[in-house]
Amino acid sequence: MNIVVCVKYVPDAQSDRTFNESDNTTDRVGVDGLLSELDEYAVEEALKLAEAGEGEVTVLTVGPDQAADAVKKALQMGADKGVHVNDKAIHGSDAVATSLVLAEAIKKIGAPDLVLTGMASTDGTMSVVPAMLAERLGLPQITFASELTVEGTAVKIRRDGDAASETIEGTLPALVSVTDQINEPRYPSFKGIMAAKKKPVETWSLGDLGIDPSQVGLDAAWTKVESFQQRPPRQQGQIVTDEGDGGTKLAEFLAAQKFI
Amino acid sequence: MAEVLVLVDHVDGEVRKTTSELLTIARRLGEPSAVFIGTGFDAAKEALAQYGAEKVYRIESADVTDYLVAPKAEALAQLVASASPAAVLIPSNAEGKEIAARLAIKTESGIITDAVDVQAEGGGVSTTQSVFAGSYTVKATVTKGTPIIAVKPNSAAPEAVQGAAADEVVEVTVSDAAKTAKITDRQPKAATGRPELTEAAIVVSGGRGTGGDFSKVEDFADSLGAAVGASRAAVDAGWYPHTNQVGQTGKQVSPQLYVAAGISGAIQHRAGMQTSKTIVAVNKDEEAPIFELVDFGVVGDLFTVLPQATEAVKAAKG
Repeated sequence: MNIVVCVKYVPDAQSDRTFNESDNTTDRVGVDGLLSELDEYAVEEALKLAEAGEGEVTVLTVGPDQAADAVKKALQMGADKGVHVNDKAIHGSDAVATSLVLAEAIKKIGAPDLVLTGMASTDGTMSVVPAMLAERLGLPQITFASELTVEGTAVKIRRDGDAASETIEGTLPALVSVTDQINEPRYPSFKGIMAAKKKPVETWSLGDLGIDPSQVGLDAAWTKVESFQQRPPRQQGQIVTDEGDGGTKLAEFLAAQKFI
Repeated sequence: MAEVLVLVDHVDGEVRKTTSELLTIARRLGEPSAVFIGTGFDAAKEALAQYGAEKVYRIESADVTDYLVAPKAEALAQLVASASPAAVLIPSNAEGKEIAARLAIKTESGIITDAVDVQAEGGGVSTTQSVFAGSYTVKATVTKGTPIIAVKPNSAAPEAVQGAAADEVVEVTVSDAAKTAKITDRQPKAATGRPELTEAAIVVSGGRGTGGDFSKVEDFADSLGAAVGASRAAVDAGWYPHTNQVGQTGKQVSPQLYVAAGISGAIQHRAGMQTSKTIVAVNKDEEAPIFELVDFGVVGDLFTVLPQATEAVKAAKG
């Protein structure tokens, strides 16, 4: 089974993420980045499936130079090869354009049996790219999986929503996204880290994908960030230590705030 | 006046609060046309009329409801083509965002997700989003096509303004390609009698400090008529269902009051509640990062503080 896992290199959520004043895009340079935490679950799921049968896992990312680190991490976890689409013209792309680049890259990698993604990026947190990929590639959209089974070409997931848990079924080839409920991502072993150094990584530009630069990037985006503003940090209010009256004081605060 | 399509969020005709919020927002932008997909319209009609729906497009084919997301996107695309709306408003939950995503590509339109405000501005539509775990506020617009906007709960105060809710059944052609992910089973979540987490005005959450015993958290929540949330640690430990998880990979909530009990306040959790209007915490550890965010905090054991608070709340309510 050939599996392509799409991953994203994102600014570290523990750091002070911010925007570039010059063009209102996310600052992907000034802040340390890493493989998006939610994508680790997708990489892990791909590895488990490949290990259960016979399969090859290709990790794919679209991003600037540093995004190579995301590919590297996935290779260290055990992915077999990497593809990094890196082109300055992609800077400032919206989700629509990102999905276009990913879709063309997936086609160029060559008709995988399964495309796996995480449930959302930890920076944009839109959760739209997987559905867009399914739309563009004409693949069954089998998304937000908290449980996944693949038997032959039959794919089955459990998808937990607000009102209900659903079972979704389809057949390969398919696009599957996974939540953080699905597995426990492995830490790269020392052996995995050493082996990753020898694994092939291809770097592609827009030209390699037959995409005209005018179709992607900031100017091509169908949405625009008009302005951004940092929220003032919350001021710490009153802290009391419970001396047998903590609960009473809490209720007094709520009453003063008109919650009761 | 241009129509504004509003995708109705309902379960068998029981319309959820977010729909009344979206209809209210739709009235700012044009004439609200509700899009009701599935069965149970008779139960829903009154609620839709009450919040201003002038029209209701009814889509009842099993072809649309038996398959995941794709047919709903096709149905909406058909309506966008025929009605040329000023905007399409969709609830910003997992399914809603995926419908919006595919609709954006089909109609070559820009998409904005997790909007916390939507206003008419300069002849177009302006949105507000809270990003980077609530540390930044962004104003964004759609620059191409029909604005497709996924709106978070609690983004507008619903305004009861009677609309005609004139309904028409719409026949939708669903392509074979849209019928490739079949919903073969559905297990409804058991009703708890408590408000839904993302819609609630008050949320009381428990974390590692509960040690698995959520009874004090639940009692306090019930005294306030609140929803119950859980930290990722509590959910991972199997103490509470994932659908109650508040955090980056769970639900993001922005209620009037958020009470965190036995929750340290790691970034993963803060990303889910940082924009709440008032934040209160109870934790044994005075160094817990959650205390940096609070309007009021109690350093103490939730097993003594919460029951005492619960009694005081009940007494105050009489």
